[in-house]
Amino acid sequence: MTAPRAGRSGDGRKGGHRPGGEELAVPPAEFRSYYGRAVLKAPVWKYDIPAYLFTGGLAAGSSLVAAGADLTGRSVLRRAARAASLGAVGVSTYFLINDLGRPERFYNMLRVAKPTSPMSMGSWILAAFGPAAGIAAVAELAGALPHRGVLGLARRLLPTAGRAAGLAAAAAAPALATYTAVLLADTAVPSWHEARRVLPFAFAGGALASGAGAGLMAAPVSETAPLRRLAVAGAALELAAVHAAENDLGLLSEPYQTGRPGRLLRLARTLTAAGAIGAVAGRRSRILSILSGAALLGGSLATRFGVYEAGVASAKDPKYTVVPQRARLGAGRPAGAAPKDTGAHQQG
Amino acid sequence: MAEAHPVGFQWVMEAKARGAKVIHVDPRFTRTSAMADQFVPLRAGSDIAFLGGIVNYVLQNELDFREYVVAYTNAATIVTDGYRDTEDLGGLFSGFDPETNTYDPESWQYAGHEQNGAERQDHARQRETAAALQHETHGMSVKGETERDETLQHPNCVYQILKRHFARYTPEMVETVCGVSQDAFAEVCQAWTTNSGRERTTALVYSVGWTQHSVGVQYIRTGAILQLLLGNMGRPGGGIMALRGHASIQGSTDIPTLFNLLPGYLPMPDAEKHPSLEKWIDAVRHPGSKGFWANAGAYGVNLLKAYWGASATVENDFRYDYLPRINGDHGTYRTVLDMIDGKVKGYFLLGQNPAVGSAHGRAQRLGMANLDWLVVRDLFEIESATFWKNSPEIETGEIVPEECRTEVFLMPAASHVEKEGTFTQTQRMLQWREKAVEPPGDCRSDLWFFYHLGRMVKQRLAESTDERDRPILDLTWDYPVGGERGDEPSAEAVLKEINGYEVATGRPLSLFTEMKDDGSTLGGCWIYTGVFADGVNQAARRKPGREQSWVAPEWGWAWPANRRILYNRASADPDGKPWSERKAYVWWDQAKGEWTGEDIPDFPKTTPPSYRPDPGTSGVEGLAGDDPFIMQGDGKGSLFVPVGLIDGPLPTHYEPAESPVRNPLYPQQASPTRMVYRRPENPLNPSPPEHDTDLFPYVFTTSRLTEHHTAGGMSRTVEHLAELQPSMFFEVSPELAAERGLKHMKWGHVVTARAAVEGRIFVTDRLTPLRIDGRIVHQVWLPYHWGSNGFVTGDSANDLFGIVLDPNVLIQESKVGTCDVRPGRRPTGRALAEYIAGLGRAAGQHQAASVTAPAPATDPAASKPDEEPT
Amino acid sequence: MSSFYGPLDPAPDAGYADPPPRKGFFTDTSVCIGCKACEVACKEWNAIPADGYNLLGQSYDNTGGLTANSWRAVEFIEQPLASGQRSAPFAGAPTGPSASATSAVLAARTGQDTGTEPGIEPAPDPTAAAPAAEPQFLGMPGIDLPGRIDDPDGVRRTDFRWLMMSNVCKHCTHAACLDVCPTGSLFRTEFGTVVVQEDICNGCGYCIPACPYGVIDRREEDGRAWKCTLCYDRLGAGQTPACAQACPTQSIQYGDLDELRVRAQERVDRLHEVGVGEARLYGHDPEDGVGGDGAFFLLLDEPEVYGLPPDPVVTTRDLPSMWKTAGVAAAGMVALVAAAFVRGPR
Repeated sequence: MTAPRAGRSGDGRKGGHRPGGEELAVPPAEFRSYYGRAVLKAPVWKYDIPAYLFTGGLAAGSSLVAAGADLTGRSVLRRAARAASLGAVGVSTYFLINDLGRPERFYNMLRVAKPTSPMSMGSWILAAFGPAAGIAAVAELAGALPHRGVLGLARRLLPTAGRAAGLAAAAAAPALATYTAVLLADTAVPSWHEARRVLPFAFAGGALASGAGAGLMAAPVSETAPLRRLAVAGAALELAAVHAAENDLGLLSEPYQTGRPGRLLRLARTLTAAGAIGAVAGRRSRILSILSGAALLGGSLATRFGVYEAGVASAKDPKYTVVPQRARLGAGRPAGAAPKDTGAHQQG
Repeated sequence: MAEAHPVGFQWVMEAKARGAKVIHVDPRFTRTSAMADQFVPLRAGSDIAFLGGIVNYVLQNELDFREYVVAYTNAATIVTDGYRDTEDLGGLFSGFDPETNTYDPESWQYAGHEQNGAERQDHARQRETAAALQHETHGMSVKGETERDETLQHPNCVYQILKRHFARYTPEMVETVCGVSQDAFAEVCQAWTTNSGRERTTALVYSVGWTQHSVGVQYIRTGAILQLLLGNMGRPGGGIMALRGHASIQGSTDIPTLFNLLPGYLPMPDAEKHPSLEKWIDAVRHPGSKGFWANAGAYGVNLLKAYWGASATVENDFRYDYLPRINGDHGTYRTVLDMIDGKVKGYFLLGQNPAVGSAHGRAQRLGMANLDWLVVRDLFEIESATFWKNSPEIETGEIVPEECRTEVFLMPAASHVEKEGTFTQTQRMLQWREKAVEPPGDCRSDLWFFYHLGRMVKQRLAESTDERDRPILDLTWDYPVGGERGDEPSAEAVLKEINGYEVATGRPLSLFTEMKDDGSTLGGCWIYTGVFADGVNQAARRKPGREQSWVAPEWGWAWPANRRILYNRASADPDGKPWSERKAYVWWDQAKGEWTGEDIPDFPKTTPPSYRPDPGTSGVEGLAGDDPFIMQGDGKGSLFVPVGLIDGPLPTHYEPAESPVRNPLYPQQASPTRMVYRRPENPLNPSPPEHDTDLFPYVFTTSRLTEHHTAGGMSRTVEHLAELQPSMFFEVSPELAAERGLKHMKWGHVVTARAAVEGRIFVTDRLTPLRIDGRIVHQVWLPYHWGSNGFVTGDSANDLFGIVLDPNVLIQESKVGTCDVRPGRRPTGRALAEYIAGLGRAAGQHQAASVTAPAPATDPAASKPDEEPT
Repeated sequence: MSSFYGPLDPAPDAGYADPPPRKGFFTDTSVCIGCKACEVACKEWNAIPADGYNLLGQSYDNTGGLTANSWRAVEFIEQPLASGQRSAPFAGAPTGPSASATSAVLAARTGQDTGTEPGIEPAPDPTAAAPAAEPQFLGMPGIDLPGRIDDPDGVRRTDFRWLMMSNVCKHCTHAACLDVCPTGSLFRTEFGTVVVQEDICNGCGYCIPACPYGVIDRREEDGRAWKCTLCYDRLGAGQTPACAQACPTQSIQYGDLDELRVRAQERVDRLHEVGVGEARLYGHDPEDGVGGDGAFFLLLDEPEVYGLPPDPVVTTRDLPSMWKTAGVAAAGMVALVAAAFVRGPR
């Protein structure tokens, strides 16, 4: 059944070089293709989507921080976090609509609720989170309202409503932060799909780190002790998960290491690590806190762009589609015969 | 075939699915080759050597279908003693006159028929008038009985002549001339011969890759000889078919658009030779000959009667004098040159784009730029309507829009789905098509255009008393009009007139045998008589094949007489029995005393196989019961053609007019009788034995891509087609690319003495160099679809060709030439003109001094037949 | 709730009561003559815009692949082969080495502005195009002198083949594009096919990277995703899809999927009998990663040679486990936040 096919002699002609000339850790791809063109269609999303990955995570992290601050009586932190959350979710909504081919039809997102579509689920999560985050943030304005009249009533009720809304937003926040990982992984994009077991942790960690980072920048050092712990935990989670994507996926780790995505992720690692260290070291320094918070935000942002672009690169190069699938077949484990997620699709 | 006829190719695929072996012989590997079991690359222009090799293989191994050959062909006929073959005369036949480069065919005649005077016409004149085309279905006239040796042993019998003629076409020679390996050649020979004979038949299908050569007619002749030798003519699954380049090209020769033919293959009267109706008719019916042309008088009179109706009477010879006469070459290329010379005032172009589609595009455009007026009827604004403003000659300054005096009338035409009428395809089958939609805007059918043009001309001349206007004023021009716009002539009424009817009653004729020569019937094209039998449009029949016999006679209508296979008497043996049960088609029913079978028998219905005419009997009665080729003067298939061909009675390999190699077979390099117009604008590349042939060292050929239609007028203008092949490109082998430094997808240009054509280079394994006569010959392939208009534009490959014609039918040699291929783009502007002029000068230095047109070619070899072949 | 993987009949699974038999295409590339009638018929019937006038140089393929503006795309692969399969066409000719690989590499650099996104992009690594034409050598043979080809030890072309294949949407049993569509614009028809509703699609683009075959694509001018509908409108009227109707050689066969699968198996068996051992079916197996394709193929080489994934999988097959992983991560977030705050100020 198999066509006669001359094997590529290992003459090193392609020598493991990418077009950029960068040395690879993996052997040269030995595969056949149709004029070297992509098997898959790469995602057509523009910067909006990686940016949204960040702002969505920031909104989620911030609302969790806000809830923590609320429940532990850190009012400045609470106010700042609620504002960050609302701001981030607002920007997120803009990004999501702006990226549509037909933005005027954005409402069709809420036409159905499909568990098989992470984007549909995400739309509903956002639909739940957004108003809650909004009410929580608006509640912070209660102090500025007059004491009497209808607005006086609002002044009295808002803090309670704000707490309820804030808690509701916090309840939705983990889903908001992590569904995007499923959204990316639930595609044929090789380096995303193969990273499906680590991306949720990367995004969860990134959301916490960025939420903490925003808090560090906005709140006085007196209120930020939990944030420093959270920054370290979030950064550690993010770094560990990204490290796994960069190293444990065999050939499909390559896009995370090379080219622009590789540079972005290396930048992200530096920023995130620096942010975490700074968060711990700067417990008495407002300036250091602000710098470390900014580093955490920057690290999280770079991570999302890096992960996003790594996936796009993996979709554009037929090697990442063909070689792992060919290896799967070669090992007698075709997709149809292995419906369970064994997580063992690693080739190198 | 898959490239140019993908829809027809389905039948090849069907045959393949049923086990047929598909062999494809072509200069390049095409989409057809991709489906073939065997692909045989050969040098463009060497097909006679290839086919001749198969003929030789058949004769040397005695693989011919001997019973068939003896009974049904002229193999046994004795040729006159005076005949000398190309084998004896260095590539010339006896009777050659180097003054005119034509033959006196007296020595080609059958023994005892040397004074076949009526036939021995002036060959120079015949070439001028493409006389062989006029003979297309006439066959030859042979008066009286021929001398035959049915043992085929007589040294002067056709069989022995044939054997000697082709003896040098050995597998080694095929390899030398065509570049085909002996193994591959043997495979082809075996496939063809084992699939022919009593139980099996082979069909031969060709296209313009065969016809468009200076020896195009002889290409087909070689195929015909093979098919006759193998018993593949007149039998189911056999035959020779031309795949046409457009819908209804067959129809356009049946009811012709040619200068030398009238409907039904009646020749256009010659000003000198046919002064009277009787002379004209006799020139067709050849008194004393056998066969159905004996009734030519009725065919001619019915045509005249259809033209001039009541005005045409016995007394005035049915207005024979109204018919135009020809007095020489009025072919399309002669006309173009006459345009350049200012001898032509006006020109009609209908569905034709010579600025792109004809050989020597520059001559075409310069000619059109020198007219008073030009009418172009087309679906789109084609290059032939815009040459005055955007042709390549604008760039070179040869045409200046402000000064070009040609007034162009662009008339929008209706497409085939916007009008009704018939298509006639290669099997001679007429199929009626309905109008699907009304044509948009001002688009109108050709029928509408000509009907109203004629009507208006008649109106303008209505008051004229000038005698010369009588032919127009007396013309019958009374077709009913109707349709949505109320002015569309009835195509069915035209078809009915073509079919013919009884003048008195209007009853449509059922068969051409009902035609009378006394004016009581009329019919526009005798071979089409029956298409309206019983007043029913037979061409519109659409009975599915599964509901009728496998011959499917009730699908459409085939001329003549709805006969699907011509000469089908040959499908039975001389005794009238089928050659085999498997191939039974038409046979003699002894009980009923008539011919019967699956098809309409192509034979006098009640003439028994045993019938032998009395000596001297002519016409239909002159046909013996075993003379199946009823349109031939002797009732036999012609292996050897004593009459009607200008370039010789047998096919002979001559090199194309432009070739990089010396003819390995004969001192005579190219066809000695080819039609050449030596003029400054028509320089030819030097070929051996001329010197400096390395100026243009490569062979090029052109053809179509599936994605485009001929000159591109109907495909470059349609975005969904244009995008599929958006650019001019040409294909070269890796080896040629290496030799000339050409790179895939980079620009390159092909040059000849006439033009430089640029395009992207495709370096592909589908082309291969060939070893020809001890040297390596590279071939270049170009599609010819591009021009200056449409969604995608580009240089036109036909600009590369010069004008050299086959002497028999005046078809141009546009499937092979020599060229050079150079990397990079060609020069532009005036530099281009200088570049091409330089190439022309370089070429011209090596040729005979220019002679006043249209002096025929003089081969140095022709006048020095003693020169040794290399 | 539909199953995420494995064989099933998609129309009943999608909730159609008593649907007609599942319809599909069997594209037999062994009889494809590359005429592109399917491409043109498809575009004419479905009123699809042209996709640009770019010469790609990849043999006769100037379409480049399936896009929003090309729902059928005919591919051309020029392949030198080791001799011995059939009559070797160039045996004995004075050839040098093959140029297919070199030409393919040069062609791989071309791009195609198809008016769609992502459309047809240049190959990220053009040298990867070389193995598509059987790896032999790279670099132009331009350095070789003509006499070189007489070298008896030289590499010569002997056998050659030209593969053609009309690609199309696979209409998967488990269609990732349909699964991930957030608006319900993509839906399963009663014929078991997958169709985009153009009046609903908001151009979110999610279906594009979801497709394991790289089929669906977005049109720039209107921002919506488009792909083959298997001529849903024609099917509804009992007609054959335009491409299958136009195909002159029955390379594209339309019909009941069950019947097509039987026919395809017979065709493969037949080809094996006559010595075409390389013939194989692709996408016919309900047990494969997408539950079998509604449009499947007979190929004469590995799928990747035609730009098809060798072992595609519908990624939603892993969706439950992915949601589970996300849940764990989400829970982790809550725990970490709680831990951070609960430890109290320090």
